[in-house]
Amino acid sequence: MAINPYNRKPLKVLSALAAIILGLYGLLFAASTWGQAQWKPKLGLDLEGGTQMILQPVLVGNARVTADQLNQARDIIVQRVDSNGISGAEVTTRQGSNIVVTMPGTPDKATEDAIRRSSQMRFRPVLAAAAGTNQPVPTTTPTGTATGKATGTPTGTATKTSKVPTATGTASTSAKSGLPGAFLQATTSPAAGSTSTTAPTGGATTPTGSSTKPVDASDLANVTPELSKAFQELDCSKKGVLDGIVDDPSKPLVTCSDDGAEKYILGKVEVRGDQIKDAVAGYQPLSNGQPSNIVEIRLSFNSSGTKDFAKVTKRLVSLPDPRNRFAVTLDSRVVTAPVAQAAILDGQSSITGSFTIESARQLANQLKFGALPVSFALQTRDQISPTLGSEQLRMGLVAGIIGFVLVFLYSMVQYRALGLVTVASIIIAGLLTYVAIALLGWSHNFRLDMAGVTGLIVAIGVTADSFIVYFERIRDEVREGRPLRAAVDTGWRRARRTILAADGVNFLAAFVLYLLASSNVRGFAFTLGLTTLIDLLIVVMFTHPLVALLASTKFFGGGHRLSGLDPERLGAKTVRYAGRGRVAVARPAAATTDGSAL
Amino acid sequence: MINFAALGNDLYTGKRSTDFVGRYKQWYVVSGVFILLAAIGLVWHGLNLSLEFRGGSEFRVSGVNVSQGYEQKAKDAVNSVQAAGAAEVTKVGTNTVRVQTEKLSDAQSEGVQEALGRAFGTDSQKVSASFVGPSWGASVSQKALQALVVFLALVSIVMALYFRTWKMAVAGLVALLHDLFITVGIYALAGFEVSPATMIGFLTILGYSLYDTVVVFDKVRENTSEALGNGRVSYSQAANLAVNQTLVRSINTTVVALLPIAAILVIGFVFLGPGTLLDLALALFVGIGVGAYSSIFIATPLLVHLRSKEPQMMELDKKAARYQARHGGTVSASDAAPVPHPADAVEAADAEAAREPAPVGATRTAGVVRETHRYAQSGPRNQPKRPPKSRR
Repeated sequence: MAINPYNRKPLKVLSALAAIILGLYGLLFAASTWGQAQWKPKLGLDLEGGTQMILQPVLVGNARVTADQLNQARDIIVQRVDSNGISGAEVTTRQGSNIVVTMPGTPDKATEDAIRRSSQMRFRPVLAAAAGTNQPVPTTTPTGTATGKATGTPTGTATKTSKVPTATGTASTSAKSGLPGAFLQATTSPAAGSTSTTAPTGGATTPTGSSTKPVDASDLANVTPELSKAFQELDCSKKGVLDGIVDDPSKPLVTCSDDGAEKYILGKVEVRGDQIKDAVAGYQPLSNGQPSNIVEIRLSFNSSGTKDFAKVTKRLVSLPDPRNRFAVTLDSRVVTAPVAQAAILDGQSSITGSFTIESARQLANQLKFGALPVSFALQTRDQISPTLGSEQLRMGLVAGIIGFVLVFLYSMVQYRALGLVTVASIIIAGLLTYVAIALLGWSHNFRLDMAGVTGLIVAIGVTADSFIVYFERIRDEVREGRPLRAAVDTGWRRARRTILAADGVNFLAAFVLYLLASSNVRGFAFTLGLTTLIDLLIVVMFTHPLVALLASTKFFGGGHRLSGLDPERLGAKTVRYAGRGRVAVARPAAATTDGSAL
Repeated sequence: MINFAALGNDLYTGKRSTDFVGRYKQWYVVSGVFILLAAIGLVWHGLNLSLEFRGGSEFRVSGVNVSQGYEQKAKDAVNSVQAAGAAEVTKVGTNTVRVQTEKLSDAQSEGVQEALGRAFGTDSQKVSASFVGPSWGASVSQKALQALVVFLALVSIVMALYFRTWKMAVAGLVALLHDLFITVGIYALAGFEVSPATMIGFLTILGYSLYDTVVVFDKVRENTSEALGNGRVSYSQAANLAVNQTLVRSINTTVVALLPIAAILVIGFVFLGPGTLLDLALALFVGIGVGAYSSIFIATPLLVHLRSKEPQMMELDKKAARYQARHGGTVSASDAAPVPHPADAVEAADAEAAREPAPVGATRTAGVVRETHRYAQSGPRNQPKRPPKSRR
């Protein structure tokens, strides 16, 4: 079939648009079949319901939390929330002392903990260690009887008891399999333990330091009678036993391992969590490079961290067990307390413990983003009911449909058959907007909130605006006496400028709002910008080609009375060439009578 | 129903013309009165800020039968706990009552929760209590203000570049500020609640108000360049014609933009009560209405004021005055717009005289030697240009 040469270009553009739309829907289909995408756009907190948590700082004594600390904590929590794959979450400070986390859906316990944990990672030397429960187990015997339970690993899990957690530099071969390094070192240097007083009598033996001033953090002079008493009384199997613990970085600490299998007296903090530059979770590689099933977190320290860490490991290597171990504490609990096997000078270290790969990743993230300056307790946790939101959404959609029908009726009255083009354009714009939002929900976790929905409804009218500008321009050209096809071309050239400028200003407004305004304004600004872009696309790729095609039909091109482009009704004032040697003479009287009918 | 097509014709040709630019004093006075009222409203009434800005306690009783007298019930419940508490009670949705009070202590808040639960016959667990510190709203408004300033700066650069004259940017911005101020003033006078959603609405007016203004200015720009080319109309006439020519479009776009918003307003008002939907729609409705007014009545007259003192425009005015004296004429579209065959142009179409269709060229004053068309002044008759085949 021969195509009218005038129609070639419009048809090309229209098919390009069809290809774009089909492509986007195809992408969405593919993403929903093989990926995580959903056909329904993701909804925001106010529409879908969600959870609001109010976090209260846990303060020791009458310390007060400063606004700075709170803001810092908020920033870190935001990063943590983001790294957990939750979007649409809002983190705000309230009343100058609380932090409010609002997130869609219901977070599981692990996510919730991950968000509010302080994640203070600290490295302390071990002064004494014992089994977590109060069983009479000797620990720091200089004779090197550090066997069995005494050197029990902090991993505590039944499957891993044979493995000693190791802190290894990248240079040293990791995980000296099975061999209890602690045992070896303890036996080779029995004399080193002689400074500690041994109390072989029943109960957990505790070293008590002499009253001399401690030389360094590993010096047993750090252990005061109070500390050893607290150590003896500590029973890690009791729940909540560590809740009231005061973790002062400059003082020794009595604490339990994460799983409660061991208890420790630890020296003062030697390396702090904020000296960690990066943390990555992964499987420990075997000597042949294959990943093993041991989950480790690889840490790299910053320059001061590297220095401190090197100093500590150098000192610890020559000390007797258990003082050759250093403990990695997280929020005052020992995650792992490996034996220092070599001085680690390059600031690369890895820690193993009773991690699963998920918990390791979470911890790595927490370490990377830094510790909260204070730890937080959950004050309240509210479920926001989705019923109110869904009612608003339903009513909003009803309003949208009514608005659409009103726009349809109005443009039919004003533009007759051209009104149908408006409606078709709005429908196509709607299709594009829908797929864009659904795709963005998948790729960028964009969530539609109530303000966004309002923006979409408002966009109906604004989208129609650009068509009106265009149609009025065509009409102006018809009034000038141009035949319709020429009127469409010249009208388009002029309207295009105007539409570009006007949409540009609108987009600028949306862009600035998006960048600068607070998060709840963002949803609205985003939909505003998106619909502006789609509006532009539709005018260029749909409305104009369609009108150009219609201009060559008899109904429009011939200026049918109902086409909305009837030259007589528009009062075209000149003799018009109507093609094939015919002329159409406009009757000025017709225009005048119309005019007087006002 | 007004026949817009015919009105459009008349406005386009200049047959029917409102002197928007010439009667600027009227519009300035009208706007001045509005601005004064807005200022009085702002100073005297102040804005009715929502809880998010004021700070305070809010209680929501959901899932209850909201029947007659729920307000009194809620107020009594609040007063039973705290005598001085001025409680605001609103119905939200179909089955939720919202009670807002000033800041309450934890104990008071629990008391109110229980009292409300008793009053509405539900478990006090179903009464949600929340407290909003005033800092939240303050940070929102601070950011909004920041966004406003940045936007104004950027948009004036864009407009100045696009229109090649900073005066259009200035006129547009003045119209914009005028819209914002009057909208905020209307809020103050009417006592509508200003919530964060309303703030979003205010900010969005920025875009829409300028949208209208840009469209009118684009036509002004076009007419001006024509007028500068043929020297038949003065700058103010060209601008006025532009406003008239885009009037139908302005009305249509405004109506079309307002229709969906009106739908939201009605539905929000009848079924939903205060919320994002209603707050946002109300701000937009007021703002777009004012924006349409200002783009026609304020922006263009102001622009003419700003530019009419330019030497180029003064010269154009003189030229146009000479031309019009010669042709005894008024302004018509054919003078301002490109005309393929100037000889055929209908001229002298006074609104009254036009009732009787005048024969073509009849009003042309006799005795004046017909000017050679500028196309014919140089070289042979220009041939119609066709684009090469590949471009067609």
